[in-house]
Amino acid sequence: MKKNKRKVRYITALCLLGIGSIFFLFCHIFYGSISISIQDIIRFFAGNELDENYRRIIMDIRFPRAVAALLLGGALALSGYLLQTFFHNPIAGPFVLGISSGSKLIVALVMVFLLGKSIRVSSTVLILAAFIGALLSMGFVLILSKKVNNMSMLVVSGVMIGYICSAITDFVVTFADDADIVNLHNWSRGSFSGMSWDNVFTMLGIIVVTSILIFFLSKPISAYQLGETYAQNMGVNIRMLRILLIVLSSILSACVVAYAGPISFVGIAVPHLVKHFLGTNQPIWMIPASFFGGSMFCLLCDLIARTVFAPTELSISTVTAVFGAPVVLWIMAGRRK
Amino acid sequence: MKNYYFYTNKICVGYDKKPLIKEIEIELPKGEILTLIGSNGAGKSTVLKSIAGQLSLISGAVYIGRQSLAEMGRGELAKKMSVVFTEKPKTEMMTCEDVVATGRYPYTGRFGILSKEDNQIIEEVMELVHMTDIRSQDFQKISDGQKQRVMLARAICQQPEIIILDEPTSYLDIKYKLEFLSILQEMRKKKELTVIMSLHELELAERVSDKILCLKGEYVEKYGTPAQIFQADYIKRLFKIKMGSFDEENGIVELEPPKGKADLFVIAGGGSGRSVYRKLQREGQAFVTGILSDNDLDFPTANALASEVISTRAFELVEQQTLEQAKKAVDTCKRVICCRTAFGTFESANKELFEYARQTGKLEEIREK
Repeated sequence: MKKNKRKVRYITALCLLGIGSIFFLFCHIFYGSISISIQDIIRFFAGNELDENYRRIIMDIRFPRAVAALLLGGALALSGYLLQTFFHNPIAGPFVLGISSGSKLIVALVMVFLLGKSIRVSSTVLILAAFIGALLSMGFVLILSKKVNNMSMLVVSGVMIGYICSAITDFVVTFADDADIVNLHNWSRGSFSGMSWDNVFTMLGIIVVTSILIFFLSKPISAYQLGETYAQNMGVNIRMLRILLIVLSSILSACVVAYAGPISFVGIAVPHLVKHFLGTNQPIWMIPASFFGGSMFCLLCDLIARTVFAPTELSISTVTAVFGAPVVLWIMAGRRK
Repeated sequence: MKNYYFYTNKICVGYDKKPLIKEIEIELPKGEILTLIGSNGAGKSTVLKSIAGQLSLISGAVYIGRQSLAEMGRGELAKKMSVVFTEKPKTEMMTCEDVVATGRYPYTGRFGILSKEDNQIIEEVMELVHMTDIRSQDFQKISDGQKQRVMLARAICQQPEIIILDEPTSYLDIKYKLEFLSILQEMRKKKELTVIMSLHELELAERVSDKILCLKGEYVEKYGTPAQIFQADYIKRLFKIKMGSFDEENGIVELEPPKGKADLFVIAGGGSGRSVYRKLQREGQAFVTGILSDNDLDFPTANALASEVISTRAFELVEQQTLEQAKKAVDTCKRVICCRTAFGTFESANKELFEYARQTGKLEEIREK
């Protein structure tokens, strides 16, 4: 009986997160710097005519941006959850460990190099560059994690790697001579703006497939949470699982960086909040819940970034940091006990 | 080839290809309990981890039911062998029951959803290890001893044929130590569970084990039944005990005997002297004791702590010569304590000694124990 009660709670929480994501998705479409009446938008979706300018604002700007925020936010939170599991460390995440910054660096290098030769940069190339960058930083973090067996030291090393990468990126951006630098500069601060439907469909494909793969790993991940000794005793192929965790989380965070630049704190804060909301850390619940939680969180943050000081837009990381950083402090304070 | 359920073929274990212990040969029939003993750092954990397939062997092979561990699939091994190691899992938001349920892992489907049968097994095992009272508590918030029981339940839930435990009783109080080992014995009787473990408690190892493996240095020092292992002075040698003593026959541990000139004589026997000896040891007072027959309850402790024990052979009357020796000892002492309130028919010698001591005026009232 008690077990059923718990299950009901998990399902309810998961549904709430899903509904929340959809709710904020629509908020995103309804609100913006140019006010369009909600009735008109609803009528437009029902098949009625709408002013051409308004139609373009909704279909080409707000809608793809909202879907991108939903997908990338989910990817980011899920990537963070995997890294936390991998390192048995609640404050691990793609941003903190310098993985986002590694991606950013390689993407910036590739962009500057290709733009200098007047070659158009396709999103596939960007994703690949981001993925390579993510794996490179991950490699550094893994080497360091073998040397320092301490949770906070690991995070400090990650932050350092992040700073080094950011410094080099800034250097490259400063000395690149192209009009696109403005674009690059905006991107390197993190933003969901300027998403095309093409971009959205590519990320949809990558993120959905990766997330489903991760969901299928929920059983070995649950064993891994008990520690490697016991996971191995339960028949888990540890080496294989570790590689999968690294690769899948890198794909997700690379996808985010390629399209939206580095976004801070989502990867740490969301899984933690979601865990407390659900009341469990079982991967089978946490994987979908983290995804929807991340979606909701990023949609909300992006909405704030877009509308609060409209027409000036805040960088997304500014907003996520305001909400996310206190959560990290909460985690660290909680662990002292 | 061989009729043993579990055996190793000259395995060599160690870390990073550096051999630590070589040519370990274990042969164990199904349903027997093997205990590894040896001092700290002797390599007990290393051997257990290697046997469990967690550390790769440097050479040799481990067989379970005639099948080599190396040829066995992960899932297959998981259904045959479960482990309880010293490191405790760091869980998050998991109740004790959740932890126990992870033992069903090899039996559940792709998403690890528990069936009715799984839940029933979990229920039974929790009853077996007496942990139903803590089932819905957070695993991180219970004591080490309770964690140990939960981990045992988890291992049993895996329904193994063989279970490997590294120092399972270390954090348990005496009640749970005995309970823990009784559960293992019960499982072994009911399900023919084979057990390989390491223990620090030698007296328990002697009682619960069918076979004992002693580790010291590069090779297995000794392998055999408890009777073969627990022979006089062997444990002292195995553990290189320099201070204090361990009496193999009686499983009695005593601290280092008091030093200095023995100027106190203790008349004891029948178990009346042990606590007095220990009290004198704590006070650092060296003493002589007698006259004890060599099967007396007081004898092992006297032997370990007294500067001199005046003893006689069991079931024989005390010879005049021994009595004279005791009287001489009383002469050299300043004080005499008698732990006995009355002497039996066959204790005329002690009675005489008592009278002698009284005459010399050295006899003191029996001190509070």
